[in-house]
Amino acid sequence: MNKTSVIESYSKNLKKNILYMAKVASSKSAHIGGALSLSEIISVIFCNYFKKPETKNSNRNRIILSKGHACLALYGALYQSGFIKKKILDTFEESGSDLLGHPIKNRKIGIDFSTGSLGMGLSLGTGVAIGLKKKKINKKVFVIIGDGECNEGMIWESAMLVPHLKLNNIIAIIDNNNFQQTGSLKEILTNNNLKQKWKSFGWNVKEVDGHNIKNLNKILTKKEKTTKPLLVLAKTVKGNKINLFKNDNKWHHSVLTEKNYNDSIEFIEKKK
Amino acid sequence: MILNEKLIKTYSSIGSRATFGLVALELVKENKKLMVLTADVSTSAGLDRFRKTYPDNYVEIGIAEQNLIGVASGLSSEGFNVFTTTFSPFQTLRCCEQIKVNLGYMKEKVVMVGLASGLVLGSLGFTHCSIEDIGVLRSIPNITILSPADCGETAKCVYAAANHHESVYIRLTGGSNNPPIYNSDYKFEIGKAIKLRDGEDVTIYATGNMVHKALNVASILNDQKISASVINVHTIKPIDVDIINEESKKTKLFLSIEEHNIIGGLSSSISEVLSKTVGSPKLISYGVNDYYEKGGDHSYLQKNYGLDEANIVLEISNELKKI
Repeated sequence: MNKTSVIESYSKNLKKNILYMAKVASSKSAHIGGALSLSEIISVIFCNYFKKPETKNSNRNRIILSKGHACLALYGALYQSGFIKKKILDTFEESGSDLLGHPIKNRKIGIDFSTGSLGMGLSLGTGVAIGLKKKKINKKVFVIIGDGECNEGMIWESAMLVPHLKLNNIIAIIDNNNFQQTGSLKEILTNNNLKQKWKSFGWNVKEVDGHNIKNLNKILTKKEKTTKPLLVLAKTVKGNKINLFKNDNKWHHSVLTEKNYNDSIEFIEKKK
Repeated sequence: MILNEKLIKTYSSIGSRATFGLVALELVKENKKLMVLTADVSTSAGLDRFRKTYPDNYVEIGIAEQNLIGVASGLSSEGFNVFTTTFSPFQTLRCCEQIKVNLGYMKEKVVMVGLASGLVLGSLGFTHCSIEDIGVLRSIPNITILSPADCGETAKCVYAAANHHESVYIRLTGGSNNPPIYNSDYKFEIGKAIKLRDGEDVTIYATGNMVHKALNVASILNDQKISASVINVHTIKPIDVDIINEESKKTKLFLSIEEHNIIGGLSSSISEVLSKTVGSPKLISYGVNDYYEKGGDHSYLQKNYGLDEANIVLEISNELKKI
């Protein structure tokens, strides 16, 4: 199997695991749309940079899911890459579980920070990236941000500082699925020209189809020879390309029935 | 950290903010992982020399306090000993939720130094006064709150905070030319308030720059044959329960003096202890009585909020007559 096929298979499983946990959550609801839109992005990152469950070793890459509500994508990848056991997925959103509706800092299982209060991840990543440079650890800091999350002023505080400090060990990825909690970006708060905005702040901006594994892989593994930090503007579809969820914002946070689950799994299996 | 006469004199003459800058210059020599982060206040925090001498231990974040706390937390997670500093309102309320999530909830250890808290910047208006910081931060778990009484104690707090197990907020009050409370070295321990004067009739609890005022009040009372204990509450959280309980057994009247809203600060902390004690003394709270005065200089605001010695002495003698 070539690399793209390996990641494609990983991504297919990730979608299934996301839906599995959403089914586990049952009436407690789960953030489905924004987790699914991240499937390929998270798969490419984990298949390249988090192959083994290294948690104690400080010479490792870091990942911060700033859009913490998409935790199902992170939990699924942590399971698939061996950080956690399958049985833990079954505890999703149970009282006292390690896997709640937003990530909770738990270094033992590969979660470095509690996220979910939007806007904070890039700032944490900035501190981590400064720390890694000071310690001369040549590893990457991946920060995944939502496009709706870019409503938060704090994102832009960090967007200014990271290029100013020339932190080229940061890779920020915007999941540009064009929706936020209660509507489209256009309806809630117009935030056009993200590409130009980030570029003007001093980032090395790459726009990519966030579901195209081959292109994502190329961008996320290329050795850049610039002091500019990398911002990947990933054009995605909320709910991914799965019929039931595709661009339907009611799946931002919703209850997945047994039938919904079976139908969508069947759809994923049939898809090439 | 050991104080001597020379240090006390120097610190006292430059004020608490500049003291912080001087102490940071010493601290970094023994603590290579020290990182000082500021939000465009290096001069105000007395950090100009630090910034030039130790550029690798200094990060300028810009006027972005939410980011200040986020970056500090990221650095802390990588094992650095991080200090942040800016003016008190911006060090606390402006980035309150970042403090909650990163320092409280996630327990990333950061020492925050709040400059010019209380009423000292009254001439700049209440945007720059800070009478809410203790109340807000006290409600967040996993944060110790220190409020030094003079510049020597500021130095003690900085050293103690650097080695403390959890995040610390150091609330700096008073202006330059800060009157010293201590003239020689003494034992400073986080969580252990210090009795500066022992009395039988009334116990005055004070914090920050109000400790000096409390000593003045006790001295005037003494001339009126009223004997007052004075307690320097340098740690607001955790509050020293033992000393409050001990004084409860002895004196019949308690007073708290603080440059903070009387809701949420020192007075509230003492009340929370007293409410659990049967037959506890009455507590009179001196501070900002839950309203914003028209701005004015430090002494103008202190007087308008009733924080002047004559007013406090009069009320104590009147109260004691009723008991």
